Amino acid sequence: MDPVVLFFLLGVIARLLKSDLRLPEAMYEGLSIYLLITIGLKGGVELARQPLVPLLPQVAGVIALGLALPLLAFPVLRYVGRLKRSDAASIAAHYGSVSMVTFAVVLAYLVDRAIEHEQYMPLFVVLLEVPGIVVGIMLAKLGAQGVVRWGALAHEVFLGRSIVLLTGGLLIGWIAGPDALAPQAKLFFDLFKGVLALFMLEMGLVAASRIRDLRQTGLFLLAFGTLVPCVFAVIGVFTGKLIGLTPGGAMLLGTLAASASYIAAPAAMRIAVPEANPSLSIAAALGVTFPFNVLLGIPLYQHFAAMLFGIPG
Amino acid sequence: METYPRKLVVIITEAALESLLVKDVQRLGAHGYTIADVRGGGRHGAREAAWEGDRNIRMEVICDASVADAITGHVRAQFSANYATTIFVADIGVLRPEKF
Repeated sequence: MDPVVLFFLLGVIARLLKSDLRLPEAMYEGLSIYLLITIGLKGGVELARQPLVPLLPQVAGVIALGLALPLLAFPVLRYVGRLKRSDAASIAAHYGSVSMVTFAVVLAYLVDRAIEHEQYMPLFVVLLEVPGIVVGIMLAKLGAQGVVRWGALAHEVFLGRSIVLLTGGLLIGWIAGPDALAPQAKLFFDLFKGVLALFMLEMGLVAASRIRDLRQTGLFLLAFGTLVPCVFAVIGVFTGKLIGLTPGGAMLLGTLAASASYIAAPAAMRIAVPEANPSLSIAAALGVTFPFNVLLGIPLYQHFAAMLFGIPG
Repeated sequence: METYPRKLVVIITEAALESLLVKDVQRLGAHGYTIADVRGGGRHGAREAAWEGDRNIRMEVICDASVADAITGHVRAQFSANYATTIFVADIGVLRPEKF
């Protein structure tokens, strides 16, 4: 089993056994800044190597995917799950947006197995983060009273730490280019997996602390948090094939579609849709879907992508 | 030692509200504020500051009685219904009244 996954499990077990293990907050912040900037740099370096115009159709396809996913999730939550409009819209936004850490894990998974993929995929992470959140807010506000403070919200969404670091990394990588970054490669690229492993220990602690919430939210979110990612992964892999990605790239896109945001989306939803209960969306995104993707989803999506592209194994 | 009576308004709430609160208390007449990251628990469950979505802040504002009224009224009307919020007011004495 992948050591990154084992670190995650250690965190989960430590938390379930009520260990006092806790990463200092400054360390959590430091590790997450490192991961985001590194992912951005990797993508930026690759963008510097190729013309951008041919990417435009792919960019459009990815944004369309980001807009479609919450629209698919919402009716399921509202009519099958019988949730309030605000709760259904908020959860739809979480599942429309993406999880950076899941992306980091699947990236490490593909690199370990030497599976070819588009190196500029971090660009798609940036593109996928925002549309889901915006659609979710729209869904919540349809026919509801109350004003949205769009200014504060736009600031929260576009200048949130993850977008700034990812976009900043992409731009730095793109402007500086691979040669100029070579002296920093040891810090940014060689250490990536070790840092990710440490970060996953913390994620295990955090995810397990949400399991308690699930007792209140019931079986529906458990089913939603595992089945919907599988369906979204299939849609994502198909979209990837449609826009001409490699099998590895399509699998990455599928995993992004399957992942649910638990950093950008909760922050935006707390401001835009305060009446939505954050325990529900966090329990589903962080307590169910994140562990599901890390433990079972990623190998499953890889299997599906290989099947769709007709690759043995 | 001579002190002058003022109000200490303390708001403990979700970190997501920080930037909104800062703008609002300044608009309502506060001359300054202090914010700390805190942990705790209550009706909305334990908030352990484990990751970004799970943080609480404690905001302290020293002001006169009318500004304290305005701030507490605003926070109760705007935020108390949907956010984990604790707000209280204490009588304190300050040394330099012109600051507050």
